[in-house]
Amino acid sequence: MSQPDVSAPLLELRGVRVSFATSRSLMGSPGASTVAQAVDGVNLSVSRGEILALAGESGCGKTTLARAIMGLQPAQEGQILLDGVPMGKTSRALRRHRRRVQLIFQDPSAALDPRQTIYESVAEGLRVQKTPGVERDLVAKALSRAGLRPPERFFTKYPHEVSGGQRQRVLIAGALALEPDVLVADEPVSALDASVRGEILQLLLKLRDELGLAIIIVTHDLGLAWMVANRVAVMYLGRIVENAPAEDLLTSPHHPYTKALLSVVPENHHQEQMILSGETPDPTSIPSGCRFHPRCPLVASGQARRLGIEDRCTSEDPQLTESGSDRAAACFAELVEVPSAQSPSTTTQDPTRATLEDS
Amino acid sequence: MSILELKDLRISYASSEGRLPAVRGVDLHVDRGEVLGLAGESGCGKSTIAASVLRLLPKDAEIDGEVLLDGEDVLTMGWTRLRAVRWSKASIIFQGAMHGLNPVKRVGDQIAQAILIHDESASKESAARQARELIEQVKLPARRARAYPHELSGGQKQRIMIAMALACGPELVIADEPTTALDVMVQAQILDLLKGLQSELGLATLFITHDLSVLTEVADRIAVMYAGKIVEEGPAKQVFDKPKHPYTRALGSAFPEIGDWSYRMSPVGLAGDPPHPNDIPSGCAFHPRCPVATAECADHEPRLESVGPARSASCLLLEPVQNGQMA
Repeated sequence: MSQPDVSAPLLELRGVRVSFATSRSLMGSPGASTVAQAVDGVNLSVSRGEILALAGESGCGKTTLARAIMGLQPAQEGQILLDGVPMGKTSRALRRHRRRVQLIFQDPSAALDPRQTIYESVAEGLRVQKTPGVERDLVAKALSRAGLRPPERFFTKYPHEVSGGQRQRVLIAGALALEPDVLVADEPVSALDASVRGEILQLLLKLRDELGLAIIIVTHDLGLAWMVANRVAVMYLGRIVENAPAEDLLTSPHHPYTKALLSVVPENHHQEQMILSGETPDPTSIPSGCRFHPRCPLVASGQARRLGIEDRCTSEDPQLTESGSDRAAACFAELVEVPSAQSPSTTTQDPTRATLEDS
Repeated sequence: MSILELKDLRISYASSEGRLPAVRGVDLHVDRGEVLGLAGESGCGKSTIAASVLRLLPKDAEIDGEVLLDGEDVLTMGWTRLRAVRWSKASIIFQGAMHGLNPVKRVGDQIAQAILIHDESASKESAARQARELIEQVKLPARRARAYPHELSGGQKQRIMIAMALACGPELVIADEPTTALDVMVQAQILDLLKGLQSELGLATLFITHDLSVLTEVADRIAVMYAGKIVEEGPAKQVFDKPKHPYTRALGSAFPEIGDWSYRMSPVGLAGDPPHPNDIPSGCAFHPRCPVATAECADHEPRLESVGPARSASCLLLEPVQNGQMA
């Protein structure tokens, strides 16, 4: 094995594609065999001590991407590298990969076996992975890292005997027991009561800082990203359409889809609402050109035409383009617009506003 | 007169451990054309209140107090009268309601059926025509009347449920977490639709959710519930921006404003769960989780008192004010 390079990302995705054969498309026309392109060429990286929020609506491919990162879903194309080493395909290599990349499920009440004590739940992964060491000590260490202290007090308890936040901590302890490098958390707080969410998010921040974990949070909640993420990658129809440091992306988004998503977060009135019509389209029939163009406010308002990019929007597939300072957006408008023209103070003069509201 | 008024409403359920108090003395009113947001977490009693307005509670529920719908007590109504007011005076959009559609019937027929049940004079043809009009009113093409539920997306099904709630021209709509299962963009579409319908039809709405930030989009007033009681009430924007009760503050913190630097890398939350109805803490029910509780809070139960113009809260640490004057 090669020496890990400290400057290189811990986890890196290069051109990852995942597709599914479906016997029929999602919206009807039975009988036809079609391919759903769930993840369509994703490049992404996460470093040690970094939290990446992978944001998007349901059906955008974010959960499939998370499963591919876990090695639970084979990618047809592309590479997933951990410390610069491509993920192997043998079952032994996959098992080793899955020990280092741990998943935290969405709903702790559903993910924990109600008949199993907390000790058993946390020890299960250790046994599957045949982890060396004294099991009791490893379980205690994991519970205590997850904030369940003193750990012995929780050994013999059952899931229903602890609070909702504590159940989520048990799931996190189960993942931590295997000393992973990467945590993938799929909507880690959406099943929890609102007042309980903060403590779990605080725990994720603490694990990032104290253990240097790389954490990928799959979420549709951009407010959550504001509270904990270092970077945000926004996904639309299997593609990352914008990737930037969280503060830049969330306070001055570049891609029109990101702008629209942010504008509909309740109580986020820095910009006027851009409600897109329809729902995330079908991954079995990805639009030509820019996959977002049929719903894009820049196209609908005529702004794309004024910028002279409309033909490209409908015929060319935009790639994620670096626009300085570590951020990128897959939009042709990026190439013609000066990023500073998009600062919040000038958005009111944006000629697209008026028509956006009726769409 | 308010379209809905709850007076000292108390509701308990039977259980093996005795009565479980779900609602413990609630006074609330919704004025005509007004949107009242009722916010709280699991087990706080908000959905029990929703069900009580149309007397949809299970048989083992014991109810005390009054539920006045347009001045008439729903709890003492005869069955014939109750059937008449359901849907036509008040209707309800349930949590996850899009799963409540009959999968083997066309959605237009399901709406028409609701109309026929409540209006005996209506013909089949006029009910079908009304159904198509309702479908257009919720911004779907009328031809979608012929669709089966599985042919519709989640957002479209929720629109059909809204059309059905409007079928008999109610004055009050109770919306219990109507957007919770939906994506942000679809949630924005549905909230936009509800706002439009409210102003167009002058509908009064009791909008129930755990998400305080959603209520700032739609509600005129907000009431916050904890452990079966109202702990704070006031104009929506004020309650969200300047909460008085420490619980309201915690609930609002779960949905921070993006760009508010006080939340950046510092999420705020409470330890523990909201209490179960069989184990409600002494004194102020919130005191075990309250970040500012004092020893007194465990012994004394605060009352909902005026804490400013149009605002009330129940917390021993707040100074009550009289006649709307700040103390």
